[in-house]
Amino acid sequence: MEKEYWRWPEYRWSSSDIDWKRGDIISAGVDVGSVSSQAVILVDGELFCYSNYRTGSGSPESAQKVMDKALEGTNLTQDKIHYTVGTGYGRVNVPFAKRAITEIACHARGANFMYGPTVRTILDMGGQDCKAIRCDDKGKVTNFLMNDKCAAGTGRGMEVFSDLLSVPIEDMGRLSFEVDEEPEPVSSICVIFAKSEAVGLLRKGWPKEKVLAAYSSAMAHRVVRLLERIKVEKDFAITGGIAKNEGVVKRIEAELKIKALEPQHDTQIAGALGAALFAKALVEKERGLG
Amino acid sequence: MLAHYGYKDGSGEYFIVIDTDKCDGCGECVKACPAGILEVGEDENDPFREEPVARVSKDQRKKIKYTCAPCKPVSGRKPLPCREACGPDAISHSW
Repeated sequence: MEKEYWRWPEYRWSSSDIDWKRGDIISAGVDVGSVSSQAVILVDGELFCYSNYRTGSGSPESAQKVMDKALEGTNLTQDKIHYTVGTGYGRVNVPFAKRAITEIACHARGANFMYGPTVRTILDMGGQDCKAIRCDDKGKVTNFLMNDKCAAGTGRGMEVFSDLLSVPIEDMGRLSFEVDEEPEPVSSICVIFAKSEAVGLLRKGWPKEKVLAAYSSAMAHRVVRLLERIKVEKDFAITGGIAKNEGVVKRIEAELKIKALEPQHDTQIAGALGAALFAKALVEKERGLG
Repeated sequence: MLAHYGYKDGSGEYFIVIDTDKCDGCGECVKACPAGILEVGEDENDPFREEPVARVSKDQRKKIKYTCAPCKPVSGRKPLPCREACGPDAISHSW
């Protein structure tokens, strides 16, 4: 079989120092995205375990898979979870979720936990959409816009280029800086047209690093234009899969003249983490504590 | 919260913006919109808000360029019907 360069590593993680049996509230969040899905389980608001896998063709199956993977290797079972919130593109198709909450609300809440209460602007670069969110110190959304009409500035776009250039997806950011000078960005922002433009540049003899630099800066330019509408305020954080691509992140930072906060956790779990935090708050509300 | 409904593509920006802090969910904009793109319902992005709020209906969010086209500015035209109907002045747009 031909090598699939776009395939990013799936994985799971669990905490070794938390004993869930001592926990009062066990809450879960499941984010079924268009390209990747995550499950996060919290014990009293502390990260207990999470998983990050590619979304399959069915949302209910993908939701169950990430939940099973998150629980794998822990002695916690799904029936012990008090409340599960579903989020993301497939949020209404998470059979075991008690409630569905939009990924906009969840990303703000999750980023507030991941990066701390100083975060005011979040750029979520997802698999097939891009969200610009402003929030307050509690992680409550104050301004947002979402672009899910066009694939420019999305993870899937980067996957397409990974395959086109035969570069493993994890190496794309680093390689995009291996150029003598920064080329002009590709002029098309649409993934389909950008791809055909890139093929033309390769035919002209451009090395793939240069093509990659031109595409990464086009992507950065595109999302910065989107951010202008909601106006960026510090602190600024990027979530989603593209947050792991330094080639795009550093170019966004250069255009904005603002440095993004360093992530302490996997940037792809922000949505599921926010959902799990909402799940905890909803349990507290049910118990009359909230 | 400033809720931006719509999108931006190669041809321009198409957003209806609803200030949910000003919106009281009265529904006057829903009646006023000739294209019927507005609705009143729960605030999807604020799970703890109990009061209903105006929003652009889901199936219309990717079509604003076309459905709102008759309300694009031309000289001498009055403000958009949705904006005019809104007492608390909660609606704005990107064109």
